[in-house]
Amino acid sequence: MSAVLDSLEAAFREGLPAARCERPDPGVHGGHLEVQVAPGEVVGATQILDRHGFAIDAITGWTDRHGRLEGLCDFFHFTAWEHVAVRTRVPRDLPELPSIAGVYAGANWHERETHEFFGIRFRGHPNLTPLLLPEDATYHPLRKDFSGVA
Amino acid sequence: MLLEQTISTRGTEPAPETFVLNLGPQHPATHGVLRLKLTMDGEYILRGEPVPGYIHRMHEKMGENRTYAQFLPNTSRIDYLAAMHYTHALVALVERAAGIEVPPRAEYVRVITSELNRISSHLVWFGAYLLDLGGFTPLLYAFDDREKILDLLEAITGARLTYGYYRFGGLANDVDAAFVEGTRAFVTYMQPRLDLYRKLVTDNIILRKRLEDIGPISAEMCRRYGASGPVLRGAGVACDVRRTEPYSVYPSLDFAVPVFPEGDCLARYRVRMEEMAQSLRIIDQALTQLPEGPIQAKVPRVIKLPPGEYYSAVEAARGRFAIRVVSDGKDIPYRVKLRTPSFANLTLFEEASQGMMLPDALALLGSLDLVIPDIDR
Repeated sequence: MSAVLDSLEAAFREGLPAARCERPDPGVHGGHLEVQVAPGEVVGATQILDRHGFAIDAITGWTDRHGRLEGLCDFFHFTAWEHVAVRTRVPRDLPELPSIAGVYAGANWHERETHEFFGIRFRGHPNLTPLLLPEDATYHPLRKDFSGVA
Repeated sequence: MLLEQTISTRGTEPAPETFVLNLGPQHPATHGVLRLKLTMDGEYILRGEPVPGYIHRMHEKMGENRTYAQFLPNTSRIDYLAAMHYTHALVALVERAAGIEVPPRAEYVRVITSELNRISSHLVWFGAYLLDLGGFTPLLYAFDDREKILDLLEAITGARLTYGYYRFGGLANDVDAAFVEGTRAFVTYMQPRLDLYRKLVTDNIILRKRLEDIGPISAEMCRRYGASGPVLRGAGVACDVRRTEPYSVYPSLDFAVPVFPEGDCLARYRVRMEEMAQSLRIIDQALTQLPEGPIQAKVPRVIKLPPGEYYSAVEAARGRFAIRVVSDGKDIPYRVKLRTPSFANLTLFEEASQGMMLPDALALLGSLDLVIPDIDR
């Protein structure tokens, strides 16, 4: 067990008692810590990771079989093999999450991408315009009900 | 009178006569279809905003409509200069998730071809970067050397760029004695070439003046933006996925992770030049240790991963490339996410280019070694 992960999990228990932490088998799944938080706790969770010296890996989303949206932030560590994923459920009728661009500047583009692909709006994002899709795109191609024949 | 006014205004705040300069999407310095929207104050950049997306192909959606094997060719077409590494990430993910044991010979050949690919990718960057900076000749040298690698890889993979050489559990073809001998000869040939480049280019005073203290990127900036690869190692952080998240047979090979703490364009330049030498070291050892034996494990005809989430990262030529797959137990992945190094490395351009002169910002852009399909995906 790594000291960084232990201290991180302790910080989550103290700062965000409602967060659920899980440790998958990295040899199979490639990740070390999965943290499930409520939408309102995303920024708090990110600040904890920031204090522990983690770097932002990527932000994305996905829709499960029941059409529920989930936002997902990946973090990695520069000097140790510690991969942390922070997940949060997003209500489908009001798909909104707080932006973490204020904590990790690199989140800016990842959130723009997640917004255009999944239609998740990031509150407090400085410039939530399409990044890779055309400027006037009104569709969200990575939602499962979008039938793009690729 | 008018001139005095202008000068006094400029002393305290930017002149009101700013203008927007559009660079790209078709411009030689962007090396691909990337657009830069530059708000300029004379020769100085107030805000440099990259506008990507011109060649967006939605590889992720394609992944969700194809079987694992059908998606394999896509991995060569994201970063077309480092196709081997991207294929490696996907096959490693599937092998870990399905518990496939890869024969040692296949793993060694993967390392040899991956490192050859890293050298060929860095050579393209080397030539093109010098071209950006106004030196035409190095490109011809670099492409001459790269040609030797492409010939070697073409003989065993059948392709010069989009190799698609790795298979789940092994390789498409075994390597023959000619490849082993040819690669040995290349290692012997390439070492003195790197010395030549150091004498002719790296130690050149014009290059030094052009790159030293230009485009500083700190380790902290890399962390906030998730930058990786030579950009991060040029900021003094010894972060290399081959070391920190070991995969394949890299743990049994002896190599150094080149780090330069200055964080300027020259540091990133020197990281890549040093990395080529280290790749040669790796290839040399892997050729010596290359075992005989099978190159393909027994794998099911149709690949199905147990339900769950899988994540696999590799050290590609431009940094950390990772694939995340969500499987629901079917033969087609439920969700594919591609985390690409050029995307993360470009996000810091806006902050890093602030207040730079335009020609210096192009030196900074080139030092990031962008491949545009890697950003647009």
